[in-house]
Order: sequence, then C-alpha cells, then structure tokens
Amino acid sequence: MTKAFTPKVVTANALVEGDVIYLTADDRWTRALHEAELIEDEAHAQVRLLDAERQTGEVVGAYLADVRPGPNGPEPVHFREAFRARGPSNYPHGKQTELVDV
Amino acid sequence: MYDYSEFDDAYVRGRVEQFRAQVERRLDGSLTEEEFRPLRLMNGLYLQLHAYMLRVAIPYGTLNSGQMRQLAHIADRWDKGYGHFTTRQNIQYNWPKLRDVPDILEALADVGMHAIQTSGNTVRNVTADHFAGASADEVADPRPYAELLRQWSTDHPEFQFLPRKFKIGVTGAPNDRAVIRSHDIGLEVRRDGAGALGFRVFVGGGLGRTPMVAQELAAFIPERDLLPYVEAILSVYNLLGRRDNKYKARIKIAVHEHGIDTIRALVNEAFAERRALFSGADQALLTDIRAQFKRPDLSPRDIAPFVAARDADPVFRAWADTNLAAHADAGHAIVTISLKPQGATPGDATAAQMRVMADLAERYGHDELRISHEQNVILSHVHRADLPAVHAALKQAGLATANVGLVSDIIACPGMDYCSLATARSIPIAQEIATRFEELKLEHEVGPLKIKISGCINACGHHHVGHIGILGLDRAGVENYQVTLGGDGSETTVIGQRAGPGFSADEIVPAVERLVLAYLDLREDAGETFLQVFRRLGAQPFKDALYPEQAQRRRDAA
Ligand code: HEM
Ligand code: SF4
Repeated sequence: MTKAFTPKVVTANALVEGDVIYLTADDRWTRALHEAELIEDEAHAQVRLLDAERQTGEVVGAYLADVRPGPNGPEPVHFREAFRARGPSNYPHGKQTELVDV
Repeated sequence: MYDYSEFDDAYVRGRVEQFRAQVERRLDGSLTEEEFRPLRLMNGLYLQLHAYMLRVAIPYGTLNSGQMRQLAHIADRWDKGYGHFTTRQNIQYNWPKLRDVPDILEALADVGMHAIQTSGNTVRNVTADHFAGASADEVADPRPYAELLRQWSTDHPEFQFLPRKFKIGVTGAPNDRAVIRSHDIGLEVRRDGAGALGFRVFVGGGLGRTPMVAQELAAFIPERDLLPYVEAILSVYNLLGRRDNKYKARIKIAVHEHGIDTIRALVNEAFAERRALFSGADQALLTDIRAQFKRPDLSPRDIAPFVAARDADPVFRAWADTNLAAHADAGHAIVTISLKPQGATPGDATAAQMRVMADLAERYGHDELRISHEQNVILSHVHRADLPAVHAALKQAGLATANVGLVSDIIACPGMDYCSLATARSIPIAQEIATRFEELKLEHEVGPLKIKISGCINACGHHHVGHIGILGLDRAGVENYQVTLGGDGSETTVIGQRAGPGFSADEIVPAVERLVLAYLDLREDAGETFLQVFRRLGAQPFKDALYPEQAQRRRDAA
C-alpha cells in the first residue's frame, strides 16, 4: 500500500518583494496561505508546480509545501511553513500585520 | 579611518551601476533566477524566508558617524527602521525590495561602503578586534593590515571562485577578541625578538558542521610578507580544497586531511614563488593606509567628573564597571554599547538608536564607531570626563544596558525567524534567557558568561565557542535545542562538548537556568568564572544539572 498523499500547496517568494506567496486555484498568487489551492493529488501537484516554475518573471524558488485542510483553507504542517505564513516572531513585521485571524 | 581613494570610489560606483542594470534585466525577464542569483549574491543580496536580505560589509568593524547615519537612513527609507549587526561585523537589512537595492547600494557608495564579497566563495569581509587602535594590550593596530587585505582580495582574479567562502580575522593583541582561531586564516600581530612587526599565522579554523580550531602555520611572518604569504595559502587551498563536496570544501578540511605539515610545506613552496612577484608597491600602500589609522589626539583632561558620577550614581557605576574597557590612554575608556537589552533581539538597532550612537561618536568619540563580533557597538576613544554625558544620552535611547560579557549579552543568529537555512528559531530563545536572568537579578553575581545560539548547524551564532552553546534543530518537525558546554572563542579557543539529548523550546530556558545555578554552587569564590569551574571540574556536574533524573539514577546505582 502506498502512503497516503499529504496535501500540498505551491509556494514561492515574490520576485520584487521577496514576500512569501501561494498559488491559488484560479492561477493568482496570494500572500495568504488560507487562500491557496489545496492540492490533494500527487500528479496534480506536479502539474501545478510546473505551472508555477514557468512564471520566472514573477516568482522565485517555487516548491510544494505540506499542509492540512482547515476550516478556512490550508494550514501549515511544519513550523517552518507556519513562520513563512505568519512572519518573524520578534517583530510584527511580516504577514501577521495583515492576517488578523491567523 | 580609511577614506576611499578616487579609485575605490569609481570602482564601487561602477559595481553599483552594473548591478542596477542586472536588476533591471531580471525584472524585465531577460535574466532567469538561475542567471541572476550568483549576480545578486556577489552584491550581498540573499533571498530569505520572508524577504530579501542585504548584507553590508563594515570592514574590520570600523565606521564613522556619517556612515552610521547613512545606515540609519537606509533603514528608515528602504527597510523597516532597523538593522541587524552580525557576528562577522556586517549589518543585515531584513526587508529590502529588489527594485530598491541598487539605490541602497548607491547610498552606501556615497559614504564609502558596499556589499561586495559579503557572499560567495570569495574572501569575505576581513574582521578585526573591535578594540583595535584603542586597547591597552595591543601590539599594533590590526586594521591597516585588514584594509590592505581588503584591497588586495577585492576582485582578486585568482580568488573569485575558491572552493568555498574564505574568512580572515586579525587581532593586534595577544588577547584574542576577534575569534581568529575560528577563521580560515587567523592573524595575530606580534613582534619578533628584534622588535620588528609581523604575524603569527593560524590556518584551518572554522565552525559550522565540522568545527575545528585553527592550527599555527607560522610563528612569525614579517610584516612585508603578509600579502605573498596569505596569497600562498590561498593558492594552495584553491587547488587542494574539495570542490566535490561543499561540506568538505573549507580549508579546515584540507588542513585536516593533509595535515598541517604538508600544508606548511606546500605554502612555503608557493610563498617562495609569490614573494618574488611582489615589488614593494603593497608596502607603499600599507604606509599610506597606516597614516589614515593614526590614533586621534587624546588631550589630557581632569577625570574628576567621572569619579564623581561613579561615586554618586549606582546606575552609572554598574554601567561603567560592566561596559567599559581599558584604553591605552588612562584618561580615556573604550565604551561598549550593548545592543542586548534584556528581551530584545540581539544585535538589532533602530535607525533612531544608530543616530544617537553616531552623534555620540561625533561629539565625544573622535568620530569612530566599531561593530563587535558580539553584536554590540563600540565607542573606541571616549574621555572619562565625558562618560556621564554619554551614559545619560544612551539611557534615553534605550542603549545603556549594563550587561556586556554577562549572561544576557547573548550572541544569536537570525535563526528561523529570518533565515531560510534555519532548523529552529534562535532569537526567541535569546530573548527568554535574557528576560529570565533579569527576573532573577543574578547576572552581575554570575559574572562573565558567554551564551551563543545558532539556528542550525552552520553555526553563524558561534555556539561551539560559547561557554554555553545552544544549537537549534528540527527533531521530527519540532524545535529542539542541543546544549554544548565549555566552548571558548578567545586565545585559548576550545570547541564546546555536546552535553547530551536536546531540549524542547519550553525546556531550554529552565535547563540553562539549572546550569547557571549549578555553577554558582560549584564555584570556589565569586572570582572563579563559569569557564574556570568547567575546566576545573569537567562536564559531569553540569550534565548532572542539565539532566537531574539521570544524575539521580546514577546516584541510586552507586
Ligand atoms: C541569514 C543568512 C545567512 C546565511 C544564508 C548563512 C549561511 C551560512 C553557511 C552556509 C555557513 C556555513 C559555512 C560552512 O561551514 O562552510 C555559515 C557560517 C557562518 N556564518 Fe552565516 N549565514 C547567514 C547569516 C549569518 C549571520 C547573521 C551571521 C552573523 C551573526 C553569520 C556569520 C557566520 C559565521 C560566524 C559562520 C561560522 C564560521 C565559519 O564560517 O566557519 N551568518 N553561514
Ligand atoms: S546558523 Fe543557520 S539559522 Fe543561523 S543564520 Fe546561520 S544559516 Fe541561518
């Protein structure tokens, strides 16, 4: 039996700001993890990653990050992704300023 | 202070314009990220977790008030109003936008600064003792040599693609405040029997995944042979260094694999050839450079205001006793401004604080500031009579924390709050330890103690040479902190020993507290430092404090 596929999102950094971004189901880049497309199928994940990697004029370093489904959308599994989604813990300088409910 | 020559200025501006064009081509799509990445790294621009990070070199940690004000201006205009001073005497900006970076570099060029060779497999920013040119124990100011090395290594065609990064540290005093034995090359200025200046040369130090203490390559190399000798070392390394494996590519591995005697023989052979190629132009340059590092005129004045303030004000006294170091001129002092208020991020300064420090340097400090590898700022020549005024101004700016060299004067790398290579956070651990000891009101009683924290095995926070070192790891998706004990980064450098299993983020601060309390119980008197007790008794009593259950089991079994 193969191991169950851990759901993924496509994430990267924005070329100009360097900011953490996520690919949405309708092909936009969002700054909020909960708006990202939750990918539950391995083959689809690879296709979406290729879609992202082609956009070299907009994004840098696209990869697939593990997530779990939550009531408001994808949630981080690993603490690194939690920090990426929220910003640094020493100052409210990152996304935490925009994401009041995260 | 070294002032840029016309050549330096034109060169740096040329590089800025080159990078401006490269950024434009990246933004308009003519360059891919693969093509652009090495170009931006050559200009100190990294992409980190949340944003770009720009690393600006502060050569040998020295800057003037105008430069410090410009760093403040950059922080305000293009970043989030602060900067992070690092263990390699650089400043890092955590939030620049790609589009703005050429303007930032131009603003740096305006004050004779740059970000060149702050990344890549090149000779990095040459670091030096932060008390250089001021301390009482100095043989000679190491900075003219550091500047000579900087000029020689910048864009040196042979050494732009070394097997790995290459770090050089220089100290002018036998008391090593520049961690030279943890550098690829460490230089200690000394005199030979006849009184001539030269260097004791160490090679193959480094922290990171395979920490190693540098070994002595030469007991004395005359001053005039500095460049050919260093060039000989680099040429040997350039060929021997393991390009097949980036984890084995530093010179420390070459020294370890081939042995110091083989390396010495190869270096001496290369040195004989190289020396013949140096015509003496470097020595003329050194003479010019040295003239720019003359100690300022330190006029004698009455120190009575200092003595009076010290007697009258216990807060001033605590600060003076903790944050001042002996200056070569008894009327003066070296002031260390702590960037470690308990609970704050080690090494961060706001733009407003940078301006206060710049003003103080201009008014009371002969216009000189230093950045220390311990992430503090130094006013190198302050007359004692001016210290009460300096202290008062620092206090108003939140810069008068009296903790230099104490438990809360912690070195911490950015860790997972910023760094994309991190396996755990380091900043919050530093904040919590400092806050805890502030609550306990124990710092001054505990005395000299160096805690150093890194957020991954790369060891940017020097944890291996902390008396107490903390390494943040990722254990199955949870932050975990490993403790090392007994490390030392001074002239008696030792790599700390791993104490045992790691601690969770919740457990690490109490664990450090147990260690420090155990030290207080174990010391013979208040004069015996943590490190001295460790050397006298070994690791076991400290391990017992860290792991009380194991200690109990051992006692039960006995
Ligand atoms: C945030 C971006 C940073 C990155 C990507 C980074 C990367 C690295 C890497 C990969 C190493 C290991 C090199 C090796 O062993 O071959 C290293 C070592 C080191 N870095 Fe950093 N670092 C960063 C920030 C810093 C900061 C903020 C400091 C100063 C506080 C620093 C100072 C050092 C030092 C002192 C070492 C160990 C000494 C040695 O090179 O052996 N780095 N860094
Ligand atoms: S030690 Fe690791 S986490 Fe810390 S700055 Fe260096 S690379 Fe980043």
